[in-house]
Formats: sequence, structure tokens, C-alpha cells
Amino acid sequence: MIDNGAAAVAFHQVSKSFGAKRVLRDVSFDVHAGEALCILGRSGTGKSVTLKLIISLLKPDNGNIWIEQDEITHLKEADLSRVRRKMGFLFQDAALFDSLTLYEHLALPLLRLSDKSQDELDFVIDRVLKQVGLENDKRKMPSELSGGMRKRAGLARALVLEPKILLADEPSSGLDRITAAEIDELLLKQKAEHKTTLIVVTHDVRGARNVGDRIVVLDRGRLIADGTVGEVEQSENETARNLMSEC
Amino acid sequence: MLEIAGDVSLFGFRAITSLFSRPLEGDQIRRQIAEVGSKSLLLVIASGFALGAVLTLHTRSTLVTFGATAWIPTVQSLAFFIEIGPLVTGLLVAGRVGSGIGAVLSNMRATEQIDAIESLSIDSFKYLVVPRIIACTLALPVLTLFLDFSGLLGGFLSEYSMSRLSFQSYIASSFASFEWSNFYPPTLKTAVFGFAIGTVSSFLGYTTNEGAQGVGRAATRSVVISSLLIILLDVLLIKFIFFMYPESAL
Repeated sequence: MIDNGAAAVAFHQVSKSFGAKRVLRDVSFDVHAGEALCILGRSGTGKSVTLKLIISLLKPDNGNIWIEQDEITHLKEADLSRVRRKMGFLFQDAALFDSLTLYEHLALPLLRLSDKSQDELDFVIDRVLKQVGLENDKRKMPSELSGGMRKRAGLARALVLEPKILLADEPSSGLDRITAAEIDELLLKQKAEHKTTLIVVTHDVRGARNVGDRIVVLDRGRLIADGTVGEVEQSENETARNLMSEC
Repeated sequence: MLEIAGDVSLFGFRAITSLFSRPLEGDQIRRQIAEVGSKSLLLVIASGFALGAVLTLHTRSTLVTFGATAWIPTVQSLAFFIEIGPLVTGLLVAGRVGSGIGAVLSNMRATEQIDAIESLSIDSFKYLVVPRIIACTLALPVLTLFLDFSGLLGGFLSEYSMSRLSFQSYIASSFASFEWSNFYPPTLKTAVFGFAIGTVSSFLGYTTNEGAQGVGRAATRSVVISSLLIILLDVLLIKFIFFMYPESAL
């Protein structure tokens, strides 16, 4: 156990390569509990890799990653499982399971990781589905859901275990402006009502302005700006300034 | 090639050791047995029936020359129970189920469904791979029996159409010189075939990292490698059966 102050997530000098391609180079940032951090950058700059490193779906080549008090880069599988329970992950294309109904998607982690009775299970699932506006769709299969509904379903699955930290990979990708704004609203509501720490990867600058308390900008694997919207807009780095002026 | 063989062996060994850890994944195992077993049943029965009928026709034309047509049921049952049933069932399941497992798991990898399972603190290997291997291992011997008996039925109908031999006489002749060593070892060896199909197909699907392109490739490679492995294992297991049951070799 390492004392990491008040940070919910901390990245210290993290590097990651795939073969000869270096995706992240000495990236460091902290995210405080209850804060919403947006990670901005163009495609292929290591944004999604950053999220997968946080939830330990990937291991870094160098550096340290803390989730609250746990340094996760060398944790064993059983301890990783405990740490992952603090987090929910909304995948870019929702990553719903083809063979399960929406109800079964939410029941799966609850049955595995809690000892709730059937009534309690139904109550929690109904509450979460209502929260994302899918209370009438719980018997539907993923193939019956629209793009926006799939995102909401993925969000419901990520929220069903009441995570302290919510990771969202391109929550607005593939959605029209109105539906994307609705997803952003759901994220903000989750943060406001449950004090959830949000880490949102996006290339949608408008969404990042709405959701983020802070923004970090990645470019070619390096962190080039870190601050509030206003601070990044005034950044010394031209790429970061240009990115913020895109919307 | 040796590296892949080593990786597949470790993958299979990991599946065996995972059997002894909780949770047992009973629902997933039942679901996969239904997928592997019941959905392959019609194909297996139809193939066995057709093979039985054709084999009888071919055998008859030869045995007639020697005036030995009374041996047709015996030849038929020994051929099916000892070799045709196990081998053909293994190859059929490798084609139907092996490709399905390879395609499903590689698609789940490409669409981040496996990552999603891991992100929920669920062991994706235990949840997805182990039930598929168990289902293949348990289903193969049962499917083999269906193919064996449907082969006998096809053989009987074929013979009946030529000689009007009664069903009772056909069955009595079929099992007249039959011993348990002709039945148990060949049928049970298909459990090894099932383990091989489940392990190879799951390995190729679960470990792919080629995105959407990898789905078709994993399905094709699952069928090809599983089929070759079954043929190789068949030769090795026959040697093993002859060693354990010397009377079978006579």
C-alpha cells in the first residue's frame, strides 16, 4: 500500500509500446476524487490505451499507476479484481454481449460480485435502467437497440456496481449531436448525484467542454497540456490551442 | 509451429486447472453443451445414416463374391464402433463447432466484449473458454453413439432392401462377436477429440489480435488444425488402445 494523497487515479511516468510503435511516452497526471477529467487528442494518440491501462486490461512498459491507494502495475489477478470493482468502463462501441438480454447484461456482474436476492437484483437493475432511460427495454437483445440505446446500455452495465470511478471511451462517437449531448448529461448527472470520478476519452471538444472539470491533451503519445478549459485554451502548446478551437 | 503447439498445450493445461476453482460456471456449461450437442445432433445422425447405408452397399458387393454376406452386420458394427463413428463424429464436430467457437471468440475479442467481461471483474477465460472445452469433451462421446447407431440403422435398411433380413437377426449378427473392448475405448477416445477441438478452437479465437479480419481466419484455422489434430490423435490413441487391450488388435 502506497500513500497517494487524495488522487482517485494517478499516472506517473507511464510508457507503453506495441512492438516498435511507442503509444505513450512518460505520461503523468492525477485525477482527484469526484473530478471529471477529459482526455483529448487526435486518433491514435494513446487515449484509449490510457483508459485500458487504468483498468489494467493492458500493462505499462514503465511507470506507475495508482487507483486510490493501490499501485496496480504489479498486482496479482485476485487483487486486480478487487480494484476493478471500484471502476466502471463504458466502451467505445458499448461492447454488449451478443447472446444476453439487457437485463442479463446487468444481472451478470451483480450475480457474480454481490449477494443480492432476486428482488434486490430486480430493484437495482430497474433503478439503473430507469437512470439511463431504458426501463422499458430490459428484455431486448443488443441487436434490437439503436446506437444511442446501445451506448446507454453500456453505461448502465458500467454503473450497475456503483463504481467510484467511471471510465468512458469516446461516449459520443457515432452519435448525432442531440444523442451525444444526452449521454454527456447522463455522465454529469452521475458525477453530481454519486460524486463519481469521471475520466472521459474523447475527440469531441464540445463534449469535453461540457463534461470536463479539467482537460489533458495527448499528442503522439506525449501529454502536451493539462488544466481547466481556459488554461488549455491559453496553453503555450500550439497543437493544444488549435485542438480547443476546433468547435 | 512448435511454439504454437506449446502455447495450445499451456492453454489446455490452464483450462484443466481452472476446473478446480470457483465459480463452476454451471449455466455457461449447460448452455454450451446445448450449443455443441443438440445443434450437432441432426448433422451427426444424418451423416451416420447415410454412411451406414453406403458402407453396406459397398461391403455387400465385395462379400457376395466370397459368399459371405452373413458377415455384413458384423463388419458394419465393428467398422462403426471401432473407427468410423469416432473419427467421423470428431471431424464433423470440428467443422461445425470448431469453426463456431473460433468465430465467436475472435469476434468477441475484436468487439471488446472480452475486455468488457474482464472490466466487470469476471475471469473471461473461466467464463468463456472452460465451458466450451468441457462441452466439447462431454458431447463428443454421446454424439459418437448417435452416429454409431444411426449408421447401424442405415446399414440395416440398406441390407433389408436387398435381402429382407429381419431387424432382430441384423442386430443379433451385429453384436455376435462384439466385445466391450470394441466399444468403450473407441467411444471414450472421442472425449480426447472433444478436448482437442475445444482447446484449439478456443485458443485461436481467444488469443487473436487481428480485429475483424481475424474472425474468418480464426474460424478457418480452427477447422483445419482441429481436423488434422483429430487424425493424428486417432493414430496415437489406436496404438494406446492396442497396448491397453491387446485382444482388440487381434
